[in-house]
Amino acid sequence: MPNRPPTRAAHNSVPITYTSNEQVEVYRFSIPVTIGIPLLALFLQSFLPLRFPLFRDYVDLPLLITIFFAMARRNPIAGLFTGAIIGLAQDMLGHNPIGIYGISKTVVGYGASSLGVKLDVENAGARLLVTLGFYLVHSAVHYTVGHGLVNMTQTWSWSHGILAGLANAILAVPLFFLLDKFKQRT
Amino acid sequence: MESVLGRYRNLVILVGVLFLQVLGLAMQVKRGGNANDAENTRLIRIWGVGAITPFERLLVWAQNGSSDIWHNYFYLRGVRAENRQLKDQIEQMRLEQVRLAEDAAQARRLQTLLAFKEQFISRTVAAQVIGSSGSDLSRTVYIDKGENAGIKRDMAVITADGIVGKVLVVYSSVSQVLLINDQSSGVGALLEKTRLQGVLRGTANGEVVLERVMSDEQVPLGETVLTSGGDQIFPKGLPIGSVMKVGNGKDLFLNIKIKPAANLSKLEEVLVLVENKERQAVAEENVHVRAADILAQRLPSVPDKPATSTNAAAGTAGTTANPAAAKTAAKPGSTTPATAPAPKKPSTSSNVSSASAPGTGQTAKPAPQSSPAPKNAGAADDTEATPKPDASEKPASDQPKTAEPTPAAAPTAPPADAKPPADQSSPQ
Repeated sequence: MPNRPPTRAAHNSVPITYTSNEQVEVYRFSIPVTIGIPLLALFLQSFLPLRFPLFRDYVDLPLLITIFFAMARRNPIAGLFTGAIIGLAQDMLGHNPIGIYGISKTVVGYGASSLGVKLDVENAGARLLVTLGFYLVHSAVHYTVGHGLVNMTQTWSWSHGILAGLANAILAVPLFFLLDKFKQRT
Repeated sequence: MESVLGRYRNLVILVGVLFLQVLGLAMQVKRGGNANDAENTRLIRIWGVGAITPFERLLVWAQNGSSDIWHNYFYLRGVRAENRQLKDQIEQMRLEQVRLAEDAAQARRLQTLLAFKEQFISRTVAAQVIGSSGSDLSRTVYIDKGENAGIKRDMAVITADGIVGKVLVVYSSVSQVLLINDQSSGVGALLEKTRLQGVLRGTANGEVVLERVMSDEQVPLGETVLTSGGDQIFPKGLPIGSVMKVGNGKDLFLNIKIKPAANLSKLEEVLVLVENKERQAVAEENVHVRAADILAQRLPSVPDKPATSTNAAAGTAGTTANPAAAKTAAKPGSTTPATAPAPKKPSTSSNVSSASAPGTGQTAKPAPQSSPAPKNAGAADDTEATPKPDASEKPASDQPKTAEPTPAAAPTAPPADAKPPADQSSPQ
C-alpha cells in the first residue's frame, strides 16, 4: 500500500461517512462572490421572466444557488442562514407576506449542507438527483407554509413539480460546474 | 441541558430561525393580510427592491439603446414600403375617425340630455417594465416610474391593447404593479354585448376568470369583456379581454375563462393612468369634418369661376365656416335644392353641419328636390343625406324676416345689399 500523505484534520474538513474514509474539502467563497452571486441570481430571476415567461414557472435560480452554497460549505448553520437570507430576499420582490420563501429555503439550505457532509455531491449525477429532490422538498414546504399559515390559494401538481424539478436539475449541473470556479479551498 | 444544546446545536438553530420566520409571517398575516402587508413591511421591501432594480433599469436601458441604434440607423430595410402602408392606413383611419366622431357627438348629445357625468383619462405616464417578482405565486412587475413621476398606489396600468393591473407599492423611482392574473387581484368587469357584470379574478395558475355571473345567463364565446368602473380604479369601458371558455362554477355561478387582451407575460411598455377627471357631458358645438369633406379634398377640383356669380360666391363663401365649402360653392355643380321645405326647428348640430354642406355634401350627394323635412335633424345620417338649410346661402330676396331657416337657394347673384347673418356658423 503506497504511503499516503496524512490527511489534514482541520476543523474545516469533515469525514465522509457513507462514501469513503476520505476527508472532503470544505470550500469557502470570497465576499464579492458570496454577495454577488445570490444578487445576480435574484436579478436574473426577476428579469428573465419578462423575456421568457416559462422561466418563472419552471426555474428557481435562487434555490439552485442556495443548494450550491450549502453543499459547498458543508456547514448546516451556514447553509440554513444562506437559505434564509436568499429566501427572504426573494420574498421581498413579490407582494406576498415575507417569509414563505425564507422558510422553504432555510429548510433546503440546512438539508443540502447536511447532505453535503454525508455524501460526495461533486459529480454530475449526484447533483442532478440532489437538486431534483430538494426542488420537491422546497415546493412541499412552500405549499405547506403558503396554504397552512398564509391561507394562499395554491394548487399542487405532481406533473408540474417533477417537470420543474427536472428542469432545475438539468440547469443545475452546468451551473454548478461554472460556480465551482469560484470555490476557494480553506 | 447544556450538552443537549451542544449536541443538537444545528437543529436548535434551525428551529430557532424557522420559528422567527413563522413569527414574522404570523405578524404580517394578523396585521391585515395581503392588503396592508406592503405597508407593514415597506422598509424591508425597499432594501430588496433597491438592491435589484438599479441593475434591471440599467440592463433595460442598455437593451433599448442598442435596439434603437440597430433599428433606427442600420436595419432600415422595408421602411419605405412600410411607410406607404402606414399612409394608406392613416387615410382609412381618418375616414373611420370621422364616422366615429359622428357617433361620439351623438352619444354626447344624448348624455347631455340625460345629464350624464362622463369620466375621461386626462393624464397618463408612460413607463417601462423593468422586472418581475420572479415567482408564479406573485404575479407582479416593476415599472421604472415611481413617486417622483407622480405615481400613486391603486392607479390603473394599461397598454394599448387592454388593462394590465394596478399600482400596488410605490417607491421613489420604481413601482410594483399587481397584474390582473394574480390571485389577489380583482377588477369590476362587464360583457360588452350582454352587459352582464361580474368580478374579474386571477387564479393560482395565472389564468383570468370572470366570477359572479349567474349560471342561467348565456355568455357567448369570444365576447369582449370591458371594465365596468365599479372598482373605482379602472375607468369604465377599457378592454380587458375576450371570453375563452364558459363552464359551471360554484354556487350557481358560471366560471368564465378570459383571454386577456394585453399580453401579460410579455409586457414592455405600459401607461399609468395618473389622472381621471369627471365632467358633465357636453354636446360639441362644432363637428369638425365629415367623411365627404375628406374625400372632396382629395378629388380633383374644378378651378373657381371668377365671373358672374362672384357676388353670390362672396355671399355664400363668406358665410361658410369651411373654406373648402366656400370654394366649391362657386362651382357650377354645387347647386342647392331650390324648393326643399324648411325644417321646422333644426338642431344645433345640423346647422353646424350645414356650414360645410354646400361645399361637398351637396356636390357628392345632391338631395332630391322637395325632399321632406327631416324629422330628426340632429341625426348624423340625416345631416349627410339632406342638405341643411343655411340662411346665409340665400339671396336677400329669399331671406325670411324671421330667424327660421329656409331652404337654400341656388347660388345666383344676390342683391348687393345682401348681408350675412350675424352668427355665420350657427345661424340659429
